[in-house]
Amino acid sequence: MKFGIVRFPGSNCDTDAYHAVVDTLGEEAVYLWHKDHDLQDVDVVILPGGFAYGDYLRAGAIARFSPIMTEVIAHARRGAPVLAICNGFQVACEAGLLPGALMRNAGLQYICESIRMRVETTDTIFTANYSPGQIVRAPIAHGEGRYTADEATLDELEAHNRVVLRYVGVNPNGSARDIAGIVNETGNVLGIMPHPERVVESLVGGNDGLAIFSSLLARVPA
Amino acid sequence: MTRYRVSVEIKPREGILDPQGKAVADALRTLGFAGVQDVHVGRYVVVDANSPNESNARESVNAMCKKLLANPVIEDFAITRVEAL
Repeated sequence: MKFGIVRFPGSNCDTDAYHAVVDTLGEEAVYLWHKDHDLQDVDVVILPGGFAYGDYLRAGAIARFSPIMTEVIAHARRGAPVLAICNGFQVACEAGLLPGALMRNAGLQYICESIRMRVETTDTIFTANYSPGQIVRAPIAHGEGRYTADEATLDELEAHNRVVLRYVGVNPNGSARDIAGIVNETGNVLGIMPHPERVVESLVGGNDGLAIFSSLLARVPA
Repeated sequence: MTRYRVSVEIKPREGILDPQGKAVADALRTLGFAGVQDVHVGRYVVVDANSPNESNARESVNAMCKKLLANPVIEDFAITRVEAL
């Protein structure tokens, strides 16, 4: 399976995503430069973490209009998978691939720590390899991760099992309904604030994130 | 074509938790400004652009706000000033 990792000016989790896909999973990955228009026939697009365009104006606001995003949006509209992590989640919301927005953490501080979250559904291409209700640990590293949407949108997300991951124990950033990750209506775009690509081998303190990548491998026809 | 300066005020949408505004309000009260009820912190954007007339300049910046400068999910915006330069 071929993964494409988008590189915006200011992306900084691109090599971690590459490592997860290539070194840990043993699959193919290419970097996709933000100014390009060619997705190079990738099966899965990863929008990685970082601070694209310095988070100027709003996190993700400018990255969303990068040339490559035209193709990423078309890829998503075709039903092909997009894994949007942290800053990638912010970009995906700004691009309209996911509802809502990520706002300044309720505590106003940038938080870099390990958190726990619960897998709310395994009925997605991103979580099929977890067990239902599994508690997983992954790091967060963000200042603007408070998921916000109007009540009707939140109710709709809940009603259609689109809240895929939820913080347990501590809600680190004040996200509505403890939301850590959601999918779009068609289930092919996952936005997640924690960093699964940083926990893919026990050497770095855990491998709870690996199942996101292995689920894609199992569930997406390459 | 005239060069216009259009000023836009962007602030968190009413009713959405604004922790920054709340922190500033708390700080002001601590400093003795007891009357402070509420504070909201937003952005102020100034756009200089060439336009055939004032209403066109206003309309154009309105479109800029909808497309990029403000996020309608979480922010409200208002054009506060249009001046010919």
